[in-house]
Order: sequence, then structure tokens, then C-alpha cells
Amino acid sequence: MERNKHIYTVSELTREARILFESAFPAVWVEGEISNFSAHSSGHMYFSMKDENAVLNCAMFKAENQHLKFAPKDGMQVLCFGRVSIYDKQGKYQLYAQAMEPKGLGALQLAFQQLKERLQKEGLFDAARKKPIPFLPQRIGVVTSPTGAAIRDILNISSRRYQNIEIIILPVRVQGEGASQEIANAVTEFNEYGKVDVILVTRGGGSLEDLWAFNEEPTARAIYDSKIPVISAVGHEVDFTISDFVADFRAPTPSAAAELLIPEKEKLISKLETIYIRMTNSFLHKVNMLKQQLGRLKESYVLRQPMNLVLQMKQRLDDLAHTLVVGMDHIIKLNKEELKTVVGKLEALSPLAVLSRGYSITFKLPDAKIVRAIKALRPGDKVKTKLSRGEFISVVEKTGD
Amino acid sequence: MAEQNFEKSLDRLEKIVSELENGKLSLDEALKCYEEGIKLVQFCSKKLEAAQKKVEILVKTPSGKFQLKPFEENAD
Repeated sequence: MERNKHIYTVSELTREARILFESAFPAVWVEGEISNFSAHSSGHMYFSMKDENAVLNCAMFKAENQHLKFAPKDGMQVLCFGRVSIYDKQGKYQLYAQAMEPKGLGALQLAFQQLKERLQKEGLFDAARKKPIPFLPQRIGVVTSPTGAAIRDILNISSRRYQNIEIIILPVRVQGEGASQEIANAVTEFNEYGKVDVILVTRGGGSLEDLWAFNEEPTARAIYDSKIPVISAVGHEVDFTISDFVADFRAPTPSAAAELLIPEKEKLISKLETIYIRMTNSFLHKVNMLKQQLGRLKESYVLRQPMNLVLQMKQRLDDLAHTLVVGMDHIIKLNKEELKTVVGKLEALSPLAVLSRGYSITFKLPDAKIVRAIKALRPGDKVKTKLSRGEFISVVEKTGD
Repeated sequence: MAEQNFEKSLDRLEKIVSELENGKLSLDEALKCYEEGIKLVQFCSKKLEAAQKKVEILVKTPSGKFQLKPFEENAD
């Protein structure tokens, strides 16, 4: 017994007890009522939390409490988060609070934070998987209350901006027990139905509790699983819900969602007209430019030159032809002279020349053989006699030497 | 036609106009562009008038089929 006896100093015991506390309660949520609240000039807060049977000392240091959005007061029901440890100097164990929420509303906020963190970690808010919102959808599927302000706003905007658009409503309860499941089912049913281009999940403004269905997991999962792009428009501009984070697009209000989805028809028509005019003008301009270019080319020297060439060639041809004719004439003249001389010489040898001196030639008919001696003829033969000019036919009467 | 949508057509139109305005196209190309542009303008105008204004309620019958019913406001 003596041997095992260990005597602690107060400090030692306190330190060991502190380690025990700290390892047992490193991060705990505690709920209770605030009492003995005091805000020290250093900025730290000291108070107790109590319920019917027990009291817990608490400290919340400046670094933590400066983020509080409300002022804690005695009697307030709160939820504190922190670690439990011992304050050595006073030998008191206490909660070192790191966060504090008013109860009720705070519980919802806590749930919101927890779900938000969990879904975020799971990747439900990833920007990379968000689908683009179609421009000028033909059919818009709306998940909302058929009697709420949201559907009224949407229909107003639709009839103001774009008459011929189709809106299909899947009526749901947007608040109260089971509302989240109804909203989720509606999103799923629109996917089964398949004929809407975009789904609008929406409701008008309300308290955090009123909007709660849009902060619950079934709604978030259904929106995440939707193959059709989803726009979330819940409450007012300042209200953010889980469905806003999961949806492909968050619109600050139902009206803003409608304005985003439903373009102004007049603007589209005038845009189309402008495009048409610009397109036609620039096309006609192009054609005119080409026409002008063609005109210029037609008039250009390049295209006229071949004509000049032809004319020039024609002239040259004429020149050549003239030279040829003149040359030929000359040659013919020279030859004619020569011919005369030759003809003169030839004429002297011609039998015709002999005839002109009074001789004649006699041919025996019918074969017209020249008669050179009388023995070729007998009385009764027909003969042809050729004179210098003309000829005659006669019959031989008598022959002799 | 299923793939064609208003926004893509409008984008394409803008591109055609800027190409035509740029003036660098050949006559054949310009003609082709212009023809395509006219078709797109017609498509877009048609699309703008396509749907009728309808507000309906989608109802799933117990057999799992979908039905559309006219929506009457303030049917509270």
C-alpha cells in the first residue's frame, strides 16, 4: 500500500483532471439557459448555462464571440458548442464556447449548416455539373403552390413579356411536414414527364421555418438528380436555401426567375429584324461591289487591247496584200514582154504562117490524115482543105501527077 | 431540326452577319451565307410564334400516366 501511494500536488491533480476533461469533451454541443452573463471589458464573455438540476460555467473569448450575430442575455435559451476544460486557478471545470446559437431558430440554422456542409462535401453544389439554362424555353415546368404569390408573379410576367409560352404547374405544398418530399416528387415527375425544357422550383417570401422545405435533403437530392435544368427561386433576395445551392441556377425571387426564363418577345423580334436588315444590306453591298468591279474590268485597257491588236494585224495584212498585188503585176508585165518575143519567134515556124502566104493543107476524110502525095487519093474521096482563114470540103474528081 | 434551337440560331446569325459585313467572302460563299441566314431568320420567327399561351396543371394518374388540366388561378 505504502509503495503504491502517490501524492499529487494540487497542480498535478488539476492538470491531470484537465487532460481527462479535455480528451473526454473536445467538441460538444450543450443546450441550456444563460445566467450570470457578464461581458468583460477585455471583450471576453463569462456566464453560466443551467437547467432544472445543474449549472455549467462557461467562457467565450473575444476571438469567438465577435462573430455572434446576437447579444446573449440572461434567461435566453441557447445552444453552445465548445470544449470542456478546467480553469486551474479556481479549480472549476467549464465550457470554453466557440459558437452559440439561440435555440429554435438556431437549431434550424445548425441543421442548415450541417446539411450544407455534408452535401457540399458530396459534390452536390459543384459548379462543373451545373447545366446551362435554355434560352427561350418552349415549356416551363413550375413546382410551387398553385395559390401562392410566386405563381401569380410568374404568370404576370409571362403575359407581359411573351404571350405564347407554355407553363405547366405541378402543384405542391411548399411548407409544413412532408412539403420537401412533395417538392422532390414533383421534380422527379417532371423528369418522367420529360416535356418541359426547364424546371422552376419556387415559392414566395416567408420566415426561415416557412422556407424550410427547400432546406431539406429530399428536395436537394431530387434537384441534384434532375436531368432537366432546375432554377431555384425561394423567398426574397436575402434568403439562401439548400435548393439554391444545388440548383443549376439561383434566382433571387420568383419574378426574377420568370424574367430570366421568359425573354421579351418584342426585343427578340426587333433583334431578328436588325440582323435581317444588316445581313441583306451587306449581301447587296457585296453584289454591288462585284458588279462595279466587273464594270471597271470591262472598260479596262487589258480587255480592250485584243481589239487593238486585231485592228493592227488587219492593217498589216492589208499592207502585205497590197505589196503582193503590186509585185505580182510587175512580174506579170515583165513576163508578158518576154512572151511576145518568144511568140514572134514561134510564129515564124508555125504552119499557119505558111498558110497565110497562100498555101493550104489538105486532109483526107474521114480520118483527117494530111495528104502529102497524090497517090493517097482516088477520085470520089472526100477531102478537107484548110486555108489561112477558114476551110472547105470537096470531092476529088480526077487525080494525076 | 430537333437539334436546332433559337439561341444557337441567333448566335449563328450574328456570325453570318459579321462575316458578310467583313466582306472577305467570295460571291459563292456570300450567297451560301445569305441563304443560310434567311433560313435561320425564318426559323427564329417561326419559333417565336410557335407555342400557344397555355397554363396547365400536370396530374399523375394512379396508373402512372400524365394528364394536363387547365389551370385556374385563385382556385383556392
